[in-house]
Amino acid sequence: MKNKILWAGVVALLAGLLSQSCKTTPDPTEQSTLTLSFVPRVGSQTLEVGTGKYKNAVGEEFTVTSFNYFVSNISLKKADGTTFTIPQDSSYFLIKATNLASQKVTLRGIPTGDYTELRFVIGVDSLRSTMDISRRKGVLDPGDATHDGDGMYWSWNSGYIFMKLEGTSPSVAPDAAGNQKFRYHIGGFGGYNAKTFNNIRPVVLSLGSTAAKVGPTQQPTIEIEADIAKVFEGKEKISLAQYPTIMVSDYSTTVANNYASMFRVLNVKD
Amino acid sequence: MKNTWLILFSLGLFGWASCSRSTDVPTPEPQPEQLEMPIPTYFPKMVYNLSSNPITYDGFQLGRSLFYDGILSRNGTIACGTCHQQAVAFTHHGHDLSHGIDDKIGMRNAPPIQNMAWEKTFFWDGGVHDLDLFPIAPIENPVEMDEKLPNVLQKLRDSKNPDYPQLFKKAFGTTEITTERFTKALSQFMVFLVSNNSRYDLYLRGTTNALTATEKEGLAIFRQKCGTCHEGELFTDQSFRNNGLSIARSTDEGRFRITQNPEDRYKFKVPSLRNVGYTSPYMHDGRFATLEQVLDHYAQNVKQTPNLDPLLQQNNQLGISLTSEEKQKIIAFLRTLSDEQFVKDYRFADPGFGKAF
Repeated sequence: MKNKILWAGVVALLAGLLSQSCKTTPDPTEQSTLTLSFVPRVGSQTLEVGTGKYKNAVGEEFTVTSFNYFVSNISLKKADGTTFTIPQDSSYFLIKATNLASQKVTLRGIPTGDYTELRFVIGVDSLRSTMDISRRKGVLDPGDATHDGDGMYWSWNSGYIFMKLEGTSPSVAPDAAGNQKFRYHIGGFGGYNAKTFNNIRPVVLSLGSTAAKVGPTQQPTIEIEADIAKVFEGKEKISLAQYPTIMVSDYSTTVANNYASMFRVLNVKD
Repeated sequence: MKNTWLILFSLGLFGWASCSRSTDVPTPEPQPEQLEMPIPTYFPKMVYNLSSNPITYDGFQLGRSLFYDGILSRNGTIACGTCHQQAVAFTHHGHDLSHGIDDKIGMRNAPPIQNMAWEKTFFWDGGVHDLDLFPIAPIENPVEMDEKLPNVLQKLRDSKNPDYPQLFKKAFGTTEITTERFTKALSQFMVFLVSNNSRYDLYLRGTTNALTATEKEGLAIFRQKCGTCHEGELFTDQSFRNNGLSIARSTDEGRFRITQNPEDRYKFKVPSLRNVGYTSPYMHDGRFATLEQVLDHYAQNVKQTPNLDPLLQQNNQLGISLTSEEKQKIIAFLRTLSDEQFVKDYRFADPGFGKAF
């Protein structure tokens, strides 16, 4: 028994030493959390999955049954110009319109400061897209149970789907099953051993004059609109009748160029 | 308390070991038995990162169980071993295009599974670049296994016969079943499938009379006329090329499907020719039943299609000039690449409990 206590002591001492030596930030009390809240919308309307009817820029009516996208590689810039980058291994998030919890991204360990700019990537960077399977955890794990039936991974052309938008439209010709569906699955990290299209898009959002003030007692939330209407008109107008299915094709970059501008800061809540 | 004793006991052993001069001291913690995979000196540099997935006896056996188990498919009928049969170097005997679940027909001919550790890309179009990511594709393909990976993992967790959680524990230390462990176990089995015991290999290793005079002549003609694409001792440069097959009724655009580069249209991966005597039918769509037909294609039937390989249109002539005698000699040589030991190795065979066809 005595030995056991001794052992516990040694372990505790070692653990203590380790935690000291691994510490990278000066004081844990000076860290806090910042939340990103993604609000799916279509133009000025709130998105109602499955039921809401909307019109795109060319006047075609549509509903949305699925709207998912990856947000990754998040960094925050302070007013003084310094940047805090979220550790890469914990910087991958999958936002789904059908899953409210997924729309709130809580970033922990944020140093105290006034943040005036938010940067992230829509999609999964090429480095992670080619990493060993052991480095693909959580939302990046193709076998994760939450993906069942709504996968964001191309198994036959190794890579993640960065943005998936599916729905119905009376403008779309019926498919083999008689359904008038549109399906946009946009991915492509640039290719592993041959150059292919690259649909990774960086996003820079300025918080304007209202900085997100992070501190021991300040845990702000940045509300960000994700506007589906922009997928059809951000840079170039896309017709559902003409393009009911966009997946692995050069035209997918048109969609990516559009969704690159779908985000907008709504407000910063203290 | 039990643990404390164990620790003390191990420490005691350790102490005893460090004082003793004996070299064969039993280790207190038995390490998983590592399997040494054959790495032929004359093969090119290995691509697969073995250090990220060392092959152990239990990992290999788990991979073998998974490979032959229909539990990977939606209704339990299709295993990897269904379309990759050992007796024909892990191809689908007698099928031009593979047929999968519910008798659905696939889009291409099932290639052999052999020497996977040296493969830079997988599939005829090279769509997958990492063997550990490969199994997800046939599992989720609606015409192959038509299952979802999360569902496969759940079925394995619930499986009693065989007791997969226990098999995973033996292989990886705990009963946890993750994507990584699942695909890495399959990789351990597949990586271990090394074919290097054909008569040609014996010849390479110094048994000069392992090949007949005709076969040696065939080898020389082959190296001269086919050896640019089917180069080295794996008999492939692993590039993607259009070899001039007729595209009259085909909608398969090959590598273009992956890269969307118009210059890749109708290009397919140059396959290894090891065990080619077993792997009929040939080409990405299994259109040729015999090696004679394959050589006839190169000699007489190469078609001028977009992106036709420059090597097949030299001196204003399509194809490769081959006399019928040369063809016969090449075929005689190609048959020396058949590795009987490989296709009969009991270690690679169906362990017997699989429910698949």
